[in-house]
Amino acid sequence: MTLITEQGAIEDRFFRADTIEAALSANGPVLVPLALAADFVEAKPGTEFGVSVPGSTPIDEVAPHLGRASLISVEFPAFSDGRGLSLAKKILRQGFSGTLRASGPLIADQFLDAIGCGFTEVELPETMANRQPFQQWMAAKETMTDHYQSGYGPGPSILQKRLAARKGA
Amino acid sequence: MYRYDEFDERFVRERVAQFRGQVERRLDGSLTEDEFKPLRLKNGLYLQLHAYMLRIAVPYGTLNSRQLRQLAHIAETYDKGYGHFTTRQNLQFNWPKLKDVPDILDLLADVEMHCIQTSGNCIRNVTSDQFAGVARDEVEDPRPTAELLRQWSSLHPEFVWLPRKFKIAVTGAEHDRAAIKVHDIGLKLKTDDTGEVGYEVIVGGGLGRTPMIGKVIREFLPKDELLAYLEAVMRVYNSEGRRDNKYKARVKILVHETGEDEFRARVEEEYSKLDGPTINAPEEEVERIAAYFASPAYETLPEVSEALDDARARDGALDRFVEQNGFTHKQPGYIALTIALKEIGAVPGDMSADQMRAFADIAERYSFDEFRVTHSQNLVLPHVKKDDVPAVFAALKAVGLASANAGLITDIIACPGLDYCALATAKSIPIAQDIAKTFADEARQKAIGPLPIKISGCINACGHHHVGAIGILGLEKGGRENYQITVGGDASEHAALGERLGPGIDAEDVPAAIEAIVATYLGEKRGEETFIETVRRTGPEPFKAGFTAFIEARAAASEAAE
Repeated sequence: MTLITEQGAIEDRFFRADTIEAALSANGPVLVPLALAADFVEAKPGTEFGVSVPGSTPIDEVAPHLGRASLISVEFPAFSDGRGLSLAKKILRQGFSGTLRASGPLIADQFLDAIGCGFTEVELPETMANRQPFQQWMAAKETMTDHYQSGYGPGPSILQKRLAARKGA
Repeated sequence: MYRYDEFDERFVRERVAQFRGQVERRLDGSLTEDEFKPLRLKNGLYLQLHAYMLRIAVPYGTLNSRQLRQLAHIAETYDKGYGHFTTRQNLQFNWPKLKDVPDILDLLADVEMHCIQTSGNCIRNVTSDQFAGVARDEVEDPRPTAELLRQWSSLHPEFVWLPRKFKIAVTGAEHDRAAIKVHDIGLKLKTDDTGEVGYEVIVGGGLGRTPMIGKVIREFLPKDELLAYLEAVMRVYNSEGRRDNKYKARVKILVHETGEDEFRARVEEEYSKLDGPTINAPEEEVERIAAYFASPAYETLPEVSEALDDARARDGALDRFVEQNGFTHKQPGYIALTIALKEIGAVPGDMSADQMRAFADIAERYSFDEFRVTHSQNLVLPHVKKDDVPAVFAALKAVGLASANAGLITDIIACPGLDYCALATAKSIPIAQDIAKTFADEARQKAIGPLPIKISGCINACGHHHVGAIGILGLEKGGRENYQITVGGDASEHAALGERLGPGIDAEDVPAAIEAIVATYLGEKRGEETFIETVRRTGPEPFKAGFTAFIEARAAASEAAE
């Protein structure tokens, strides 16, 4: 797996555990599936952890963990499945301030969409990262300077910039 | 007309460069064909039956002469010398080469045009009333709303990977010419009891293989809340719309399966969580856009033009043209003229490069440099001085654009069908041509009156056959093209889906079947009733009976011939 942020490729601090045994025996931060999150917190309170959730998950099922988890990893089953983008908006609306990861076979052309919806990093399977190395992601991020939609990042929208320019004039 | 500012300009230019890069990354293997496909579709590039097809956005159907001249140039340089206006008020080129597409996009950007989101699972080109800013029954001009939505929907970070395509239409008039009830979202500008302007919001209409009439999910939405409310609708759809079956992925299916009340409740719940002021367009921005759509500098004129009346008295063809293709203008002394791209025997919606240049000259000289594209694949000169109409008519006639058949039985909508389209199961353009030839006589057309025929060459219904007063659907049955006929479809404020008259028929029988349907209408008609009004009153039964009699007579005739 390759992890890409707006600054470039980084190391993954989290150990991905698919069973509660694996999660409990790990040292350092652990990324657990949603179904194991409550058990993990009870067994190892105070340990840094992340929760992995499919993009189709209702926000009500994610919300109980947002106060304690430092990472939420939203799983994209396919690059063309945009549900995770809406889930990201709902997670951030709950006040989540940790790391928001998009995980799955995304393409570099979606980096701006992911950033716009508040994702801070993208986790790619190696096959994808081999075809589209992080340099392509860095380049894709620069293709569009602006966006029209207020409430989406990064920075102010075109509508807000126009308003600021008019007030400054 | 709206003009780009520096932000719009840079946005479109950067999108062209972005697409150029995507083509390069497809060629060097960075992108697989499956990954590239939605990227090219979101830039209007389809792979058709014989070649690529490029669909150019004509936002809410408004163009100027400079843009049309550029389209003529592209048609001659990169295509076969013509373009095709679509039922979504767009323009398609049917023969571009992939390697030329980035250059074409640059030429489009030179005249403030683009292909952004004319295809793909995203919010498509926003459509509107072709008589926006002209009609007398208008609460407010819908174009500023449509332009705001064009900007808001362009490369929306959250809503470009939807379950399926998404179409929005806006009207500001009492009489619905934008077909808002058969769109994913239909918006109607209206006033409430206090005189405040807002929108009626309709969701979940659509045609295709499961036609549905949209449901009103908000009776009145204050105008300044538009973007936040649409964000709520789109988020519910993006999160919950079906992704397991592309034929059940449109929002109409979600509304239908969820139930109208439950869907409304989910939208309202999502909306209640949004911080509207951080999403909605600032009032100053709405005003900035609206200023571009202020009325042109009309002259103060009497309502009646003696020059035109005299010319009409002398020239029967001019008289018929004005009567049939003229539309009452809100400004005294002016008229809007529909230019039917429906010469008898021509391809509906096609326009040659020469016609484009000639028409650009006419629009520049006689209609404040502006014209419109209609969803009936026609054009409109929105602001013509009545005194100028004889000169305009002569200029149109010289280039074969003066057909006096707007709204009549020969003004037929047809999808590209098997002549171009990879999805089609039957031809539709030749069917339109055959019907037009059958009813070519002008006096007969006039006696029949308004009768929109709509033809689709497959169940995806790009020809909108469900909402044709007469609808024709071409299918493939046992290796033969087979046509099903419906009556009673209506895309207006009386929106209704057509009902099938009986079994499908062969292509060569279609014109005679239409004759039989017309005969039933003329027999049932009361007073000044139009075709659709008669069907609405009688129901489909008399038409089914007439159609059955036609089929039986055909069968008897072919047996006798054997």
